[in-house]
Amino acid sequence: MNSLDQLFVNANAFLLGLLPVWARPWISILVRLSVIAVLAPAIMMYLTWIERKIIARMQNRFGPDRVGVYGLAQPLADGLKMLIKEDIVPRGADRLLHLAAPILSVVPAILLFAVLPFGRNMIPADLNVGLLYFFAVSSVGSYAIFMGGWASRSKFSILGAMRSVAQIISYEVPGVLSVVAVIMVTGTLSTAGIVEAQAERWFLFTPWGFVGCLMFFLSGVAEVNRTPFDMPEAESELVAGFHTEYSGMKFALWYMAEFLESFAVCAFTVTFFLGGWHAPAVPFWTLALLLAIIVGAGTRLAIPVRGAGVLAMLGAGALWGAQPIPSWIWFFAKTYALIFVLVWLRGTLPRLRIDQLMGLAWKFFLPLGLVNILAAGLWTQFPFPLGTAAAALLLIIAGWLLVRANAPQSLQPQRVYVFAD
Amino acid sequence: MELKAGISPTIETQQLEVNLGPQHPSTHGVFRMIATLDGETIVKLKPVMGYLHRNHEQIGERITYIGSFPFTDRLDYFCAMSNNFGLALAIEQLGGIQASERGEYLRVIMAELTRLVNHTAVIGFLLNDMGAFGTPLLYAFREREKILDLFEAASGSRMMCNYVRPGGVREDVPEGWLERTRAIVNAFPRFLDEFEKLLTENEIVQQRCKHVGVLSKELAMNASVTGPMLRASGVNYDIRKVDGYSIYPRFTFRVPLGTVGDVYDRYYVRILEMRESLKILEQALKGIPGGPAISPKGQAIGKAPRTFRPPKGAAYGRIEAPKGELGFYLVSDGSPQPYRYHVRAPSFVNLTVLEDLCIGHKVADVIIILGSVDIVMGEVDR
Repeated sequence: MNSLDQLFVNANAFLLGLLPVWARPWISILVRLSVIAVLAPAIMMYLTWIERKIIARMQNRFGPDRVGVYGLAQPLADGLKMLIKEDIVPRGADRLLHLAAPILSVVPAILLFAVLPFGRNMIPADLNVGLLYFFAVSSVGSYAIFMGGWASRSKFSILGAMRSVAQIISYEVPGVLSVVAVIMVTGTLSTAGIVEAQAERWFLFTPWGFVGCLMFFLSGVAEVNRTPFDMPEAESELVAGFHTEYSGMKFALWYMAEFLESFAVCAFTVTFFLGGWHAPAVPFWTLALLLAIIVGAGTRLAIPVRGAGVLAMLGAGALWGAQPIPSWIWFFAKTYALIFVLVWLRGTLPRLRIDQLMGLAWKFFLPLGLVNILAAGLWTQFPFPLGTAAAALLLIIAGWLLVRANAPQSLQPQRVYVFAD
Repeated sequence: MELKAGISPTIETQQLEVNLGPQHPSTHGVFRMIATLDGETIVKLKPVMGYLHRNHEQIGERITYIGSFPFTDRLDYFCAMSNNFGLALAIEQLGGIQASERGEYLRVIMAELTRLVNHTAVIGFLLNDMGAFGTPLLYAFREREKILDLFEAASGSRMMCNYVRPGGVREDVPEGWLERTRAIVNAFPRFLDEFEKLLTENEIVQQRCKHVGVLSKELAMNASVTGPMLRASGVNYDIRKVDGYSIYPRFTFRVPLGTVGDVYDRYYVRILEMRESLKILEQALKGIPGGPAISPKGQAIGKAPRTFRPPKGAAYGRIEAPKGELGFYLVSDGSPQPYRYHVRAPSFVNLTVLEDLCIGHKVADVIIILGSVDIVMGEVDR
């Protein structure tokens, strides 16, 4: 336990130590609440910036670069704009529900942060039913979406809302099934406990964990309506789906809910399968060395850039080799890596159609999730080489059969194109 | 309550009528579709056009023949060069004007460059309609801008070129233009390969596009659909081959034909057409002769449009525009203005089959079917 790792924990303890004993629990709660209340909007604002910048790079554009250095003040400007924009409620809309819906969608998105282990000893509330809490709270969002779609009194909104509810309910099933394996192996529902159990080995590096991680992440992507599963707000079909009729701050709240949930999906994938705040088993200096070699070999970079990069990597390797990287840095690094994957998907893939999307959930993920539970059982029941091999074999066979069964036959033949003269 | 097969008596379902457009992100302009939905499935679809009507034909009857050229730019604003070309052909027929050799070559080069511009953009938009967040579109636009730069260098404007004239082209291309064009044409296959690598084999693209919006051969011919849409249905009809207008018979190129006639075929036929266009461009850039860019007679009527009084009669000049058969029908009564001026707009005719393509598909499919028809509202409504 080095000091940097426990920086926030110690600071909190020090501050609380100054207070009288009777006030400590209340202030402690207040501190946790305010940290989340500050962290959540900040995360959301800069997620929009990150997304816009990365997608812009993928599309040969610059992205926001007018407000502040590298457009870093853009989220602030956007927030200000949203605040002073006119709030338009359609005629005939249910005003109360129209107002309540975005609030109802943001609240659970923020509540999710309560059981997120940000680092060693850094969990706002270590519930012993943390995992259950996560699923319970995250599914409240679908009520909000349907409420908003219904209250808007617009056909696009209601279509988007119906799609959204169908999608969220469908994808919750494989999402839960993929985590059942984690519960079986760890024997706990507490998120902190699940992270502790991954001290030696991240669950990603087990056969069932690998499949479960993919399933959980993709179901999560579908649940928060991100590309290629962004049917509910399919902007090319339904204008903006369930939030077509929202403007101003209410619209910003919808966006905030979506981005916070995206962040939560990535963070919980990290927690359940990617070892949470644990560092990889390999020491950091090897990683730094590897990065240094990669940067040094990058022929497309200028020599000074390469030199500086190599030095920075080696320096970081030496520095963090001497003392371990704080756990919270690992957590955020992994989470943002997954967020990059989300943005990458958005910048790359077209959207699936609603029936294809449902087919994926019910015909592919659901059976695979059930097989995955069996694989996790095999893995726990038999010792190392046998259990792993059996689980891997089972999953490969099941995956192959499911792919075979689900592949649409009509897409198979290669098309022939005739050339006439 | 009446019992219908397949519907449980306790659930009463209702069809939903949705207005897609006229202000909708994916109707490619102010186009409106009144869709009747059963759940997500299209039961009925009524296209409503006319929101962008600008009286093009009537204006054409009130001004000189040459005066219509800037207006044709605004028909299909993606393909200004082809539109100019079509009108020029009609006027040439009417007035018996012979185009200069260099002018003919330049027109063909411009028309084929326009085809590249149009097809890249259309595929980009199709992917955008499919929900890809702008990336394919911006890749397409990157290449399109290079060609638009060429247009600007030649005509002074990126999109509203107003360049082709009866008898040739308005101005000769500036120095070094042909070399620039050659470089761009030579680099273009690399872009197409990249584009295809990302799209053609893409699982989601295939799932979304294959067997969606199938246009049968018979319906396509009966509805007089033309262009890549007709050829995707397997009908061998390309006006460059059928009519052999301008100097197209001098070039060797092939006409790609699809087999199924779905969105995927329409996409892929366009890709193959671009590759054939590149062949034409290579040959034209190699064989382009020197000399004047416009024939003396063409230059004369260009300088003094009111002196051009074609003999009484009618002419129909048609070209294979990127979107299909673009025809200009002109009737002369011997005055400086045409007595009748009519445009056969490919987008408009191709759009007539929209309902037949869409029925039975989902809302999401309607958007990509519309994207694959390739319309520009400026041309549909005129």
